[in-house]
Amino acid sequence: MCGIVGLLLKDASLRPRLGELMVPMLIGMTERGPDSSGMAVFAEAVAGDRRKLSLYCAQSGFDWRALQAAWVGRLGEAQFDINANHCIVTTSADLGRARKFIAAEYHDVHVLSAGRSIDLYKDVGLPAEVAERYGFTRLSGTHLVGHTRMATESAVTTENAHPYTAGEDWCLVHNGSLANPGSLRRKLEKLGERFESDCDTEGACRYLHWRLSSGESLEQAIEHAFSDFDGFFTFLMGTRDKLALVRDPFACKPAVVAETDEYVAIASEFRSLAHLPGVKHATVFEPKPAQVYAWSV
Amino acid sequence: MVSVMTDARQRVIFDLKRQSVRELNQFLHGDLGGIQEVLVENPDGAHSLAVGLNAPVRVDIGGHAGYYAAGMNQSATVVVHGNAGPGVAENMMSGRVEVSGFASGGAGASAHGGLLIIRGDAGLRCGISLKGADIVVGGEVGSFSAFMAQAGRIVICGDAGDGLGDSLYEAVIYVRGTVRSLGADARVEPMSERDHNAVRELLFAAGLSHASSEFKRIASARSLYHWNADARQSY
Repeated sequence: MCGIVGLLLKDASLRPRLGELMVPMLIGMTERGPDSSGMAVFAEAVAGDRRKLSLYCAQSGFDWRALQAAWVGRLGEAQFDINANHCIVTTSADLGRARKFIAAEYHDVHVLSAGRSIDLYKDVGLPAEVAERYGFTRLSGTHLVGHTRMATESAVTTENAHPYTAGEDWCLVHNGSLANPGSLRRKLEKLGERFESDCDTEGACRYLHWRLSSGESLEQAIEHAFSDFDGFFTFLMGTRDKLALVRDPFACKPAVVAETDEYVAIASEFRSLAHLPGVKHATVFEPKPAQVYAWSV
Repeated sequence: MVSVMTDARQRVIFDLKRQSVRELNQFLHGDLGGIQEVLVENPDGAHSLAVGLNAPVRVDIGGHAGYYAAGMNQSATVVVHGNAGPGVAENMMSGRVEVSGFASGGAGASAHGGLLIIRGDAGLRCGISLKGADIVVGGEVGSFSAFMAQAGRIVICGDAGDGLGDSLYEAVIYVRGTVRSLGADARVEPMSERDHNAVRELLFAAGLSHASSEFKRIASARSLYHWNADARQSY
């Protein structure tokens, strides 16, 4: 079991309140996922050729400023926004070189996400604790994808928590389990994808990203996933300007959507949506199996 | 002892913003002393609302319910004024459960008796392993509905998904709309006068006005009742 939440704000005046509206959604899914939780937030894209990297280090008191100094010396200018165990780096440096630099010299630092719009936070602990630790209520932006995890197939660690990312401005969360993550992983590793965790979901995330970057539409990529994934899933995916949702054809894993003129909110269960403004008058529906739903900012 | 509030109609009111589901259910399981109606406010998708009732009380749930609402119901009438999560009225023994919106997966699973009415759509696996209850769905039902249903009747006013009535025993399904596919051993059969009466009776109980002639009967061909070594796992 796991909990999924997503929120896309159509009404721009609500966007400064994205985190505040989302935190009760995340906490509402505590019983479905008390082990760990995470959130990918999409906000206005950084300018020009700049990119953002969300970094994570499990060591408490890790010296981010020392990393920044080394970074500037090696890769050039970078802004570091430090938030406890997480840090968002905004830079014009080449992302490939930046990833190599971190992998080679900072084994304990993980790159959780990269892109022009995405920031990503994830950690072990109750959703309320993780939300408090990183100040989720203060987050603003256009849309976000959140997850509460009840681990079933791999250990309770930050790396195994969701959301997962691949490439730039792409993330995925998963409720369910895949029976063939090993074969997916071997297939993708041969194609050059590098895995960073043991979780079955990472394979799904990288698989779909690989299909999207080879030019397929989301619908085409998911159509392939129906035959290549052996298992159960409700996936919620985020891109720079979209949220997308799909349930497998057996639809064992729940999802409910509430849509108003102001927002689209998605959760595993209605109890995570009950606090939203105007939800009593929202269009509430259960997504059908094997159908791709997508909403744009 | 739970302290209770009543409204002008002498209905007992539980507000789940202030009271817990456990308080509600313990109250409903206790000596109701002639109380006939209970109103549940702010259910907000909570699980296990009004489960295990065993008295002829009416419970109105004023909003959306979460998992297993009115499960194991006996004698009571439970009305969900909204949508219901997975497993509404699962294992109901008797009484009546109504959902004004849609019901998620597994509605009426294994129910032995009573009547479940879903005014909107029902999700996947509606009436799975049904054991004698009646179900009326105003809208459509999802795939794998009535899987291994043993006894009881299901009236579907809309369409049905894939695998309807797979491995049916003696339960009977009446469908008004189109069926995407029938499950193994399920077949369309002619409507007898008894079938027309059954559909009329159930539609009347649900307050629906379709003509029984619009429905077709789906029941078991009973070819799976006995082991067939020549079938070679073809079903």
